[in-house]
Amino acid sequence: MTHIYNFAYLDEQSKKMIRRSILKAIAIPGFQVPFGGREMPLPYGWGTGGIQLTASLLGKHDVLKVIDQGSDDTVNAVSIKDFFKKTAGIAITESTPTASIIQTRHRIPETPLKAGQIMVYQVPIPEPLQFIEPRRPETAKMHAFEEYGAMYVKLYEDISKHDRIVTAFDYPAQVNHRYIMSPSPIPKFDNPKLHQSPAIHLFGAGREKRIYAIPPYTDVHSLDFEDYPFELETWKQSCAFCGSKTTFLDEIITDDKGSRLFVCSDTEFCHINQTKDAS
Amino acid sequence: MTGMPKQNTLPLLRVKNLSKFYGKTMGCHEINFELGKGEVIGIVGESGSGKSTLLKCIAGKLDTTNGSVFFNSSFGFIDLCTTQEAMLRKIIRSQTGFVTQNSSEGLRMGISAGGNIGERLMANGMRNYGQIRKIAQQWLETVEIDTDRMDDLPSTFSGGMQQRLQIAANLVTDPKIILMDEPTSGLDVSVQARLIDVLRKLVSRLNLSMILVTHDLAVARLLSHRLYVMKEGRIIESGLSDQILDDPREPYTQLLVSSILKP
Amino acid sequence: MKGTPLNSILTIINIYKDFIFHHQQGTRLQVLNNFSMEFFPGQATILTGPSGSGKSTLLRMMYAVYRTEKGKILVKHKKKFVDIATAQPSVIYEIRQETIGYVSQFLRVLPRVSALDTVIEPLIARKMDPQKAVEKGKEMLSRLRIPQNLWHLSASTFSGGEQQRINLARGFVAPYPIMLLDEPTASLDPENRKTVIALIKEAVQAGSCVIGVFHNASDQKKIADRTIDMSQNSCQPMEA
Repeated sequence: MTHIYNFAYLDEQSKKMIRRSILKAIAIPGFQVPFGGREMPLPYGWGTGGIQLTASLLGKHDVLKVIDQGSDDTVNAVSIKDFFKKTAGIAITESTPTASIIQTRHRIPETPLKAGQIMVYQVPIPEPLQFIEPRRPETAKMHAFEEYGAMYVKLYEDISKHDRIVTAFDYPAQVNHRYIMSPSPIPKFDNPKLHQSPAIHLFGAGREKRIYAIPPYTDVHSLDFEDYPFELETWKQSCAFCGSKTTFLDEIITDDKGSRLFVCSDTEFCHINQTKDAS
Repeated sequence: MTGMPKQNTLPLLRVKNLSKFYGKTMGCHEINFELGKGEVIGIVGESGSGKSTLLKCIAGKLDTTNGSVFFNSSFGFIDLCTTQEAMLRKIIRSQTGFVTQNSSEGLRMGISAGGNIGERLMANGMRNYGQIRKIAQQWLETVEIDTDRMDDLPSTFSGGMQQRLQIAANLVTDPKIILMDEPTSGLDVSVQARLIDVLRKLVSRLNLSMILVTHDLAVARLLSHRLYVMKEGRIIESGLSDQILDDPREPYTQLLVSSILKP
Repeated sequence: MKGTPLNSILTIINIYKDFIFHHQQGTRLQVLNNFSMEFFPGQATILTGPSGSGKSTLLRMMYAVYRTEKGKILVKHKKKFVDIATAQPSVIYEIRQETIGYVSQFLRVLPRVSALDTVIEPLIARKMDPQKAVEKGKEMLSRLRIPQNLWHLSASTFSGGEQQRINLARGFVAPYPIMLLDEPTASLDPENRKTVIALIKEAVQAGSCVIGVFHNASDQKKIADRTIDMSQNSCQPMEA
């Protein structure tokens, strides 16, 4: 029964606080804004950051889509949708163009986003420099003074060990030619979708209590070297269901003999693509 | 000890009345000296004399209690003690070098040798992998590290190699001044000899300006043009290296000099 | 400059030098007191006297190895007189590179530097073309009878006499207006001693002012244009 909770679970003061942080984040694209993360009815590591963002933004007339690894019907996506159905009673959809807010874990939908839409990303580790420089006061200074040499060192090490940049997801990108951010564990295939996007992209880390943002039509460049430019993943196969050659494919093992299927990770897009072919 | 520095109108570094106190405990006090371009000065004294403290204050790694460190940077003759942190970090990153006693503080031990040398280049905006690698290779040759070891971790290097790698990683941006804190401590004598020789060649080839802190007077003699002797936080005597070592005036200096073991 | 003859190249005025050994009961050793002297280009002066009379001390003060607390040591450097006692370090470096050469009794050997590189180092410091410098170095080494197969080795493995000859080669390879020589022939055999004396004479003939300490009386006679007996310490220069 929804009357036990405030609309969308959080109290209005908390929502205001989070919205203020969101505004700060939008004002400084790519900069990690600390926020007073609230206790949510699920543990850290399950999307509490993203949920707090969505909860603060939802209005009665919003339409919410939630995906996890590109799929609308995994356990996490379904649970989060149920949570907001229960606490906000807002409309839920699987259709990307119809949604006003899309919360995601680990993928950006294949259907291009429009102006007015908001993407909310669930982020485990907001700090791209974390593994090179574990001291937080030091990384804060590195961001403040734009000292990103160490970030490029990480890519250099990849190339020296593997002859190419092997980072495949959570690929670091520079936002608005200033801050370097971690775009959450989306595959690098999705990074170009952030560049000059008409939508707002908000990133929430619940355990680390950070919010950062990419406002609409912002330059986002994935880091690379002149002689080792940023490259997208490619597949020899096309989607076994809809035949797409341009989407991100998941590899599914279908039996013990090792047979495998390649299918679109974005289930909604795949479904539409199938019916398009049929018509 | 070779190389003849020339007089410029402004020194490269002017330390004026520098003091560092830890509460009531004195680290160093009323330090005054100047360094010209192409000069190597040695700061000698025993442990606890305050020489490392002094060096770290000059390097911007410790806040000073009092005094100034004027540096003839590309942005002008500025006091590093009052410079804003953003500017200070920029200057330190590209125009000064600091080689620590303990290599694991001065290097990223989890990053390959080439990566360590390349970091400053990448921090200064170099974005061509091939070029970074080439420069790193040249520097490894200069400091006499086998270029085959370029992708190895510094933790697999000997102490002497780690020190030479630190030197390369600091010199790669062509800094105006390099500060060395006990670079030969803990190294075997033969390893020391090689390091000193590499330094000697670099000083003369690159017309390097250097401040070398050491408790080893023999090392100081080989590399320095001038020496400052520190005791209990103060400079008690200074002069040309051979003056200090052959004609020591102060009692403490005489004690230090007479303690050098001669073969 | 008052008291400086017009053509002197090095003038010493009233210098005083003592040593205080703080850790040997504060023993004080006075070596030079109120010493004055002029030296001239194209002239060889030998300092004589028993040990302790200040001969080596004087040489070292002229090279600024020992400090001068009282008095002046005026050196004609780049056509002007500079007081070494009070000069800036950078000026002293210049003087040592261009104006005053010093051959001490001991060669400071660097373990990884070849004998040839040690010898030509003053030429390289003067920015001579490296190939030319190497040629001059080889000439000098040959003249002092250092076998060719030793040239690329570090002098740390050489005998005392060989090290001394490297020292001398290095001292004479570049011309200096003033040369200070402290027992240059000490550990040499007669042949090499003859060579060194010839080198000194050539330098004097080319216009250098040579000031030296020699123990060997016959060497003194062969070189000296004048002799100064330091034992008297009030220093009446005596014509040879």
